[in-house]
Amino acid sequence: MQKFIPKRLSGVDLFLRLFQIAAVALILIAIFNTASEARYTASQWATLLFAGLAQGSIYALIALGYTLVYGILLMINFAHGEVYMAGAFSTVFLAAYFARTGFLNEQPWLAILIMILFAAAISTIVAVLLERIAYRPLRNAPRLIPLITAIGASFALQYTFRGLYGAEFRAYPEVAILRGNMNLFGFQVPVVQPFVFITALLLMGALYWYVERTKAGKAMRAVSEDKDVAKLMGVDIDKVIVTTFMLGGALAGAAGVFNGLFRPQGVFFLMGFFPGIKAFTAAVLGGIGNIPGAMIGGLLLGVIEALGPNLILEGLGIPSANQLKDAIAFIVLVMILIFRPQGIFGERLAEKKA
Amino acid sequence: MSLLSIKNVTKRFGGLTAVNDLSLEIKDNSISSVIGPNGAGKTTFFNCVTGFYKVDEGSIVFDGEAIHNLRPDLITSKGIARTYQNIRLFSNMSALDNILVGQHVQLHTMWAEAIWQSKRFKDEEAAALAEARRLLSFVGLQGMGDLVAGSLPYGAQRRLEIARALASQPKLLLLDEPTAGMNPNESGEMTHFIRNLRDELGITILLIEHDMRVVMDISEQISVVDYGSKIAEGKPKDIQSNPQVIEAYLGRGAASGLQRQKAK
Amino acid sequence: MGNINWRTILRLGLLGSVVALYFSMIGMVEDFSNRNLIGDLLNLGHVLLYAGIAGGALFAAREHSESNTVGRGLIGLATGALGALLPSGLVLLSSAINMRTVFVNVNPALSNIITFGRGVPTGLLLFVLASAVVGLITALFTVLPETWRGPVGKSFGIVIISAVFSDLVRQVLTNIIGSGMVRSLYVGDAYRPLVAAVLFVGLIALFFWLDRRAKQSNETTAIPQTDAKARQAKNRRNIALFLGWGVFLLIAPWILGSFLSQVLFEIGRFVLLGLGLNIVVGYAGLLDLGYVAFFAFGAYTMGILTTTTAINPAPGVFTFWTALPIVVLVGVVFGLLLGFPVLRMRGDYLAIVTLGFGEIIRILALSDWLAPIMGGAQGILKIPNPVFFGLELNSPELMYYLVLAGSLLAAFISIRLRDSRLGRQWMAMREDEDVAEAMGINLVQTKLLAFAIGAGFSALGGAIFAARLSTIFPHSFNLLISINALSLIIVGGLGSIPGVIVGAIALVGLPELLREFQEYRLLMYGILLIVMMLLRPEGFIPAEVFKRELHSDEDTGGPPAVEAQV
Repeated sequence: MQKFIPKRLSGVDLFLRLFQIAAVALILIAIFNTASEARYTASQWATLLFAGLAQGSIYALIALGYTLVYGILLMINFAHGEVYMAGAFSTVFLAAYFARTGFLNEQPWLAILIMILFAAAISTIVAVLLERIAYRPLRNAPRLIPLITAIGASFALQYTFRGLYGAEFRAYPEVAILRGNMNLFGFQVPVVQPFVFITALLLMGALYWYVERTKAGKAMRAVSEDKDVAKLMGVDIDKVIVTTFMLGGALAGAAGVFNGLFRPQGVFFLMGFFPGIKAFTAAVLGGIGNIPGAMIGGLLLGVIEALGPNLILEGLGIPSANQLKDAIAFIVLVMILIFRPQGIFGERLAEKKA
Repeated sequence: MSLLSIKNVTKRFGGLTAVNDLSLEIKDNSISSVIGPNGAGKTTFFNCVTGFYKVDEGSIVFDGEAIHNLRPDLITSKGIARTYQNIRLFSNMSALDNILVGQHVQLHTMWAEAIWQSKRFKDEEAAALAEARRLLSFVGLQGMGDLVAGSLPYGAQRRLEIARALASQPKLLLLDEPTAGMNPNESGEMTHFIRNLRDELGITILLIEHDMRVVMDISEQISVVDYGSKIAEGKPKDIQSNPQVIEAYLGRGAASGLQRQKAK
Repeated sequence: MGNINWRTILRLGLLGSVVALYFSMIGMVEDFSNRNLIGDLLNLGHVLLYAGIAGGALFAAREHSESNTVGRGLIGLATGALGALLPSGLVLLSSAINMRTVFVNVNPALSNIITFGRGVPTGLLLFVLASAVVGLITALFTVLPETWRGPVGKSFGIVIISAVFSDLVRQVLTNIIGSGMVRSLYVGDAYRPLVAAVLFVGLIALFFWLDRRAKQSNETTAIPQTDAKARQAKNRRNIALFLGWGVFLLIAPWILGSFLSQVLFEIGRFVLLGLGLNIVVGYAGLLDLGYVAFFAFGAYTMGILTTTTAINPAPGVFTFWTALPIVVLVGVVFGLLLGFPVLRMRGDYLAIVTLGFGEIIRILALSDWLAPIMGGAQGILKIPNPVFFGLELNSPELMYYLVLAGSLLAAFISIRLRDSRLGRQWMAMREDEDVAEAMGINLVQTKLLAFAIGAGFSALGGAIFAARLSTIFPHSFNLLISINALSLIIVGGLGSIPGVIVGAIALVGLPELLREFQEYRLLMYGILLIVMMLLRPEGFIPAEVFKRELHSDEDTGGPPAVEAQV
C-alpha cells in the first residue's frame, strides 16, 4: 500500500477554502439570528439537547462497529446498518412476548437485559455470516469489490428480513419504569433518554476496556497496526477479524434495542439505512479507526442533528426545517470529508488511507 | 551547461528529514547516478523533482525554469519523465495503450473532436499510434502491443515502463532502479540500452541504482546520498575510493579496516 | 464404488437444506408457487424449493467423481433426502405452534406446498421422497457422458426459463403464429405437460445435432483458413448481426405490443443511465452512488420548464425539444458542481459522499422550503409529452424511439470517447492516479469531465423520463435508481458497453416480465451482486482490451529479441 501523499491542487484548494469560509459564516449568521430572535426557551433547547444525546449514543454504538472494522480491514462495512436492523427487528417479537406475559413490567431490568443480549446475539450472528460469506473470500481483492458486495449484502439483508418478518412497522412495547419524565439539572427529561445514554456509555466503556486491557484486544490492536507483523507474532488474523465483527455486531444489536425503547415509531426492515449512514458519519467525524473518536463523534452528531434544524436552518429562514433533519448528517459528512478527512481525533487515517 | 539544477532542497515528513539541503547539477546530455544505502532518501528526491512531493526548502530549476512549485503533470509537460522502482504500469490496459497514455503531453486534440472525429483528431491518433508502435519495437516488444501490460513478463514490463516514459519525449529521464531484479546478463543489456538512449536520442539520464557494476559502468557523474544529504560527488573512480562512501555503505569499522588494508 | 465421503454429503445436504429453508421462510416459495410452469405439475415455487437441494446433490456427486453410477446415485439420494430435513422440520414446527406472529410467511399455505397438500405424516414422507428423487436425478445427470450432458442441461434450462418468462414468449408467439395456436400450447401461463415434454426432447435432439455438426465441421476444416479469409467472414457476420439488431430495434415495439414496449422503454432508460455511470465508474473508476441526483436534475429541469402548472416560471416558452439542451446543460453544470468537492476523495469515501449528495437532493426536493420551485411532496404535474413534427409521442411505443435515440447517442459518444485521448486519460486514472498524473494528465480536468459527461447522460435520461410519465415525484429519485444503475453495469461488466445493455436487460427487463418477482427484486439484486463479485467480478461481458495490432501481418512468434533495436 503506497504512502499517503499530500496533494497540491492549488485552484481546488482556493475554491474549497472559500467554500469553507462561506459555510462557517452562514452557520454563524444563522446562530446569531436564532439567538437574537429568542425563538425558543432554555428548556426547549434542553429538551432537544437531551434527546440529541440519547440519539447520539445510539449512533455512537453503531459507529463503533464501522470504526472497529475499518481499523482492522480498512474497509467500510456498508451493511453494518443492516446488522443493527437485524437485532432491533428480531427483538421486537421477544419484547412483545415479554409484554404479553407481564414479565416486562414485573422484572423490567432483567427483561431489558435479556432483550439486549438477544439483539446482540442476532446482530452478532448476522455480522459473522456477513464476514464469512461476503467479505472473507474477497479480502485480497481490489478495494472496489468488497464495497460492491457490501452494497449487495445490504440489500440482501434488508429484503431477507422483510421476507421473514413482513414489511410493517412494529413498535416496541412501552416499559412502565421508563415512562414519564424526571428532573435533571432543573429540566424535565423523559426517563428513557438518560437511561439510554448511561447504558450506552457503560457498553462503550466495556468495549474500551476490552480493546485496551484484554489479550484479545491487544491482538486486535496489533492487527490494526500491521497485519503482516501481527501474523508473524502468532496472532490468528481470521479469529481477530471475526471477533471484530462480533463486537461491532453486538454493540449494534444493543443499539437496536435502545432505539426501540427510545423511539415510538417502531422498527421495520429499512430502518438500518439512515442510522447506518449517520453512524458512519459519526465514525468519520471522530476519525475513523479511532474508538473514542467514534463515541464522541456519535454524541456530537446526535446533538448537531437535534439542534441543527432549529438553531441553524430556521436561523436562515428555512420553513419546516425539521423536514431537512436527515440531510444534516449528510451535509456534516460532506463537510468533514472535504475539510478534515482525518476527523476530530484521527491522525491514523492519513497513514492508512491508500 | 546544466539541464537540471537543484539547490539546497529539503523535504521533511513530520520529524523525519528525508532530503536534507541537497544540491545537484545535472549536465545536459549526461548520464548521472544517485546512489546511497536503503532509506537514504533517493526515491524521495525523485519524487521532489517530479513534483510528487512539494519541497519544503530550496529550488529546482529545469531548463532555465523553476519547477519546484508546479503540479506533477505540468512538470512532465516541461520534459521530465520517470520510471518507478516497483514497476507501476497501467496493468489492465494494453501495452500500446500504456505508451499512448505516455504520449499524453504530446497530443493536443480536444475530447469534442474525438466525438465527431475531426481530421486533426484522426491524423493525430494515427501518428500517435505509429509512434507508439515504433517505441514498442524500440524497446524490443514488437508484436506484444495488444497484450495486457500486467500479463507481460517482468523484464518486458520494465522496458515497457521506459517506453511509456520515452513517449512523452522527455529531455530528462529519471530511472528508479532500472535493473532491480535482473540477472547480470539482463542488467548488462539494460546498461547498454540506457547508454543508447543518451547516445541516439540525446536524452539526459539520471538514475537511482543499487547495482554498483551498472553504476560504475554507465555513470559520468555519481552523487552519493546518505540520510538525505549528499556526502560525495564525482567520477566513478573517485567515488570508489572515497572513505566517506565506504563508511556509509559498510559502517565505520569496515571503512577504517579498508583504509588500513590500503595503507599496508 | 469408490470412497464415499459422508461428511461432504452431510455438509452439502445441509447447505442445500438451508437454501430451501431460506426461500421457504422469506415467502418466495409460496409467492412463486402461483406461477405454474408446466401444467399443474411444476410451478416456480417448486423450482425454488428444490433448487438448493438439487444443487447440494450436484456438488456432492461431483465431489465423488471416481464413484460409479450406483454409487453416485446413492450419494444423490442421500444428499437429496438430507436436503429435505430443515423444510420438514419447519412444517412440523409450524403444525405444532403458530409461527405466523413472528415469521409472516410460515403459514399453512407454505406447508401445503411443501407437503403436496397431504398434511403432516404422508405429505412429509412424500416431500422427503421427492427430494431424494430430485437428488438422484441430479446425481445421475453427472454420470451422463459428456456428449449428452450439455444438450440435456441446456434443454432443461431453456424449458424452465421459457416457461418462467411465458408472458414474453407467448406475446411473441401470438404475433407470429396467432393466438389460437398459442392457446393450444399453454394452459393458463404454463406449458401443457405434453408440450413441455416434446419441447424438452426436441431441444435435446437439436443441441445434440448441432454439437455433432460443429464437431464434424471442425474435423473437415482441419486445414486452417487464411487469416484474411477468416477475418472477412467474421466481418460479414458482424455486419449481418449489426443489421439484424438494427432492424429488430426499429420494429421491436410493433412486434412486442404496448406492455413490452413499456418494458423496452424501461430498459432503454437504464441503458442510458448505465452508459453515463459507466463513464464515471467503468472508465474513470470513480464509484458514484449519487448518480440519481443528475437524473433528478434532468427530470426536474424538464418538468419545471415545460409543465403547464403554476410552477413554470415561463409558461409556454419551452417545448420538450427546446428545453432539452438546457436540461443537459444543467446536468453537466451540476456534475461539475458536485464533482468539485469530491475531487480528492477515492474509493469508498467517494461512494458514501456521493450517496449523501443523492439523498440531500431528494430530501431537498421533498421539502416545503423548495416547494415553490420543485413542487415539494406533490411533485410536478402535467408535463406535456414531446411532439415530434406534429406527432405527439404519447404511447410507450413512440416514447421507446426517443429513449432508443438517446441510448444510441450515448453509446456513440461513449465509444468515441473511450477510444480517444480522454478515454485513455480516464482509464490511466482508474488504474493509478499518481502515475497518471506523472504522465502529464491533469487529474482535476479529467475527473470533472467524467462527472460532467456522466451527469449529462443522466440528465438526458431524466428529461425523457419526466416527459414519459408526465408527473414526477421526489420518491421517483431515490437511492434505488443509483443502485440499479450500478448493479447493471457491474453485472454486465464494468467499462463494457455491450455489458451495459445486457445488464439492463437482465436486471431491469426480466424482472418487469416476472410479476411475482417484483417484491424480491432487490433481494435478488443483492444476492446477485455478492455472487458476481465472488465468482465473476469482471461481469457477464467483460470490457475488452482494445486491440490495435493486426495479428495477421505482424506475427513474430517466439519471444521478441532481447537486444533493443535502435
